[in-house]
Amino acid sequence: MTVHNSLILPLVTFHDVGMVVSLLAIAAGLIWLFIRSLKGMEVDRRIIFLFIFAAVAAPLLFPFTFSEKATPVVKALFNKVESLPPGSHVLLSYDFDPAMAPEVQPMANAFTRHCLEKGHKVIYMCLFATGQGQFEETMRDVIAPEFPDKVDGVDYVNLGYKAGNEGVLNVIVTDFEKMFPTDVNTVPYDSIEVFKGIKSCKDLDLIISIGGGRPGIKEWVLFVGDQADVPIATGVAAVVAPQLYPYYPKQLLGLLGGIKGAAEYESELVRNYPRFKDSPTPGLKMMGPQTLAHMVIMSFIVIGNIIFFTQRRRERKS
Amino acid sequence: MKKASWVIMALVTVVFVVSWIAKSSSYNGETDNYIAQGFLVTFAAFLTLSIMSFLYKDNPFYKFAEHLFVGISAAFWMCMGFWSTIVGNLIPRLSSSLSEWFKVPYIESDYNIAFYVPVVLGILLLMRLSSKRGWLSRWPLAFIVGTTAGLNFIRYLRSDFIKQISATLVPLVVDWQGVGHFFSTFSLSASGQFVAIVTNWVVFLGVFCGLIYFFFSKEHTGAFGRASRVGIWVLMITFGASFGYTVMGRISLLVGRITFLFKDWLEIIG
Repeated sequence: MTVHNSLILPLVTFHDVGMVVSLLAIAAGLIWLFIRSLKGMEVDRRIIFLFIFAAVAAPLLFPFTFSEKATPVVKALFNKVESLPPGSHVLLSYDFDPAMAPEVQPMANAFTRHCLEKGHKVIYMCLFATGQGQFEETMRDVIAPEFPDKVDGVDYVNLGYKAGNEGVLNVIVTDFEKMFPTDVNTVPYDSIEVFKGIKSCKDLDLIISIGGGRPGIKEWVLFVGDQADVPIATGVAAVVAPQLYPYYPKQLLGLLGGIKGAAEYESELVRNYPRFKDSPTPGLKMMGPQTLAHMVIMSFIVIGNIIFFTQRRRERKS
Repeated sequence: MKKASWVIMALVTVVFVVSWIAKSSSYNGETDNYIAQGFLVTFAAFLTLSIMSFLYKDNPFYKFAEHLFVGISAAFWMCMGFWSTIVGNLIPRLSSSLSEWFKVPYIESDYNIAFYVPVVLGILLLMRLSSKRGWLSRWPLAFIVGTTAGLNFIRYLRSDFIKQISATLVPLVVDWQGVGHFFSTFSLSASGQFVAIVTNWVVFLGVFCGLIYFFFSKEHTGAFGRASRVGIWVLMITFGASFGYTVMGRISLLVGRITFLFKDWLEIIG
């Protein structure tokens, strides 16, 4: 009995059983749906919602992850951060709100990890008022626990939110101090060590806007990147990513589109820095639910098309 | 209200109270405000489930959550507008006494009498509330439209027109060093010569055929019609990619909410 357990238990865990049962249940449900539709019976929309819920919930309860490989558009940004010498000035703009956070917060945290690990000086700011709260999450989850030796004002600085949308960018492209006379803790601009030798955006080595709304990366490209010739990259919500691809690679040096982009960046970070192996990787974890939900949606599309053509053929025959 | 509605309402209240007590107990010892923390997490879970309940059908819980969201958003943005735009940007450049009163640092070097112009325009904008003097609000509105158009015109022309045309003019034969070199170094990797050539051809043909589709001065027949049809395909693929990204985005948001319910509220995942 002991031998039997030691052989079986390490191979089949509770998670594996749960995952297999969930997958079988979803597959059986889809077959039931297909047969029901073939018979010409209506399928309530709430059943579709139930399938999507199951497809998302199952991989969260019984996690499975995929190994991601960075695509060139993500790799370009990773390589840029890598190639900058320690002490370079990188600006991270939190241009998002809690509604976008599940997609872009993992990117913001990954950028912070990478930049601070490389020894870059990081300047945080937000064009969204709610971005300030999102930065505090980065502070709580990444900077405080993983980089306790990094000093506010010396290794990084938080400028906070400034109202004015494009107007803010229009000013900081020539003069930071005019728009941000102090940081978020009311420390005067001149006293902040991070800003030594920095007068405007033109003096920065890299700007990364994280967001997906307006003002956001488009305004950064229009008002700063193209005007001041500063390297700009972005991590955006999936909805706006297709609109930004035309800017790559000339006006945007890299782009992370949705949670897939975040997962690729996290994967690249863990591969290059084993220190982050145990750090949270929400992007990678989300790829399980994403994959299963996409498979279910694709199954719906296939089932819908089969039913459509079958019914059309029946109508023609009759 | 029907009897069933009362029963559901009572059931939700009981679940809410039980959850509040359970959450508060789980936070006890971790934080001083464990009762408030327990309430916040329970209330957030209640609002999440209330919004999701719309997928079943419209109901009072959904309406409550929706109205609460709209009301809080309006109040939040009004406060943000006052504290970040008027107090944050204007007052420190206008008055030392007001800066002191609002406890924001006065920036003497930035003082400029021109800052009274937005004050006046702002007051004029509020004239919209008056039925007799409402016409005065057209002046600041005209100013807003004019400056926005002026600010954006040059930048859009440069970034979205000239630079985009420049980005489309790509070499159709990349790094060509002869047929022998092409085949001896043939690779399907993303950074390879073959993929670069194919990519540039797709960009060129996609833009060219897409533009032909929108050229209506000539009938879409013959070779012109075929190119136009390729243009439609390019557009359809673009819309498909856009739809795919949108699905991914929406699923991510759902994952975010379900993670909150499972992790922060029910504590069934780590």
